[in-house]
Amino acid sequence: MGKIRGAIVVNTDRCKGCGLCVESCPQDVIARGKRVNVHGYPFVEVVKGDACIGCASCAIVCPDGCITVYRKKMEE
Amino acid sequence: MNDVPMHYCPGCSHGVVHKLVAEVIEEMGMSDKAIGVSPVGCAVFAYRYIDIDWQEAAHGRAPAVATGIKRLWPDRLVFTYQGDGDLACIGTAETVHALNRGENITIIFINNAIYGMTGGQMAPTTLLGQKTSTCPYGREASLHGYPLKITEMAAMMEGTCYVTRQSVDTVASIRKAKKAIRKAFQASMEGKGSCLVEIVATCNSGWKLTPVQANKWMEENMFPFYQKGDLKDTI
Repeated sequence: MGKIRGAIVVNTDRCKGCGLCVESCPQDVIARGKRVNVHGYPFVEVVKGDACIGCASCAIVCPDGCITVYRKKMEE
Repeated sequence: MNDVPMHYCPGCSHGVVHKLVAEVIEEMGMSDKAIGVSPVGCAVFAYRYIDIDWQEAAHGRAPAVATGIKRLWPDRLVFTYQGDGDLACIGTAETVHALNRGENITIIFINNAIYGMTGGQMAPTTLLGQKTSTCPYGREASLHGYPLKITEMAAMMEGTCYVTRQSVDTVASIRKAKKAIRKAFQASMEGKGSCLVEIVATCNSGWKLTPVQANKWMEENMFPFYQKGDLKDTI
């Protein structure tokens, strides 16, 4: 069976930095960064992109719909 | 969903519920036939975010307005989206009578135990001992009365067909809440009676907690009192 790899893209302009996605991620892929966006919110950033399994938990709990999840089945 | 950034506070449950409502309407193919009635409260701007027809109702009167719309347009999916201050306090009469008449509408009830929009005042659903800006020493039964369980009231009525209480704090509960909303929408389209979907929600700025702490607080304090699950299902 091919392993499934995921990748997420955060819409940093819309992110309000609530941190719910950070809590929901089973692989600790996302973390709240130190930089802030135009609204002054400390947005979340991908810190361990390689660990992402594409479960989309972060996108489901995000109240503002800022996270896009891509998923790919890797060949052996 | 419209591509408009939401005005809600960071971590607000409204955003998740808006997404669920929009997803269910789209999956049912009802985007041209859905009419929402928005309340007075934080969700007053719901019409900006979900691209369907909306009607803004006076404070608490959304079920009465929805009754009129559904009776004139029986083939439309009519739902109201209300908070606890709107539904359980100011609009109790409209809510109770619309549910008791068995109008074929769905009421989505966001219960965060507080008046979020106006600054965190005590609502009828505020828990005993919970501190708010108008009961800074905690709610006391002798002075303020007891928390009101509207969903249990609705479950006792003849007119309702599906009454449930859900939450949107974890991935699993969000999936369950989506199923509940879909079931309620389908039942009201099939003319089986009124549906009430209560979502136990957080109001982190009103509770003075971070979004993550608010979810934990809700789990520890709200869920024992507002127990989740289907209270009535006669579909």
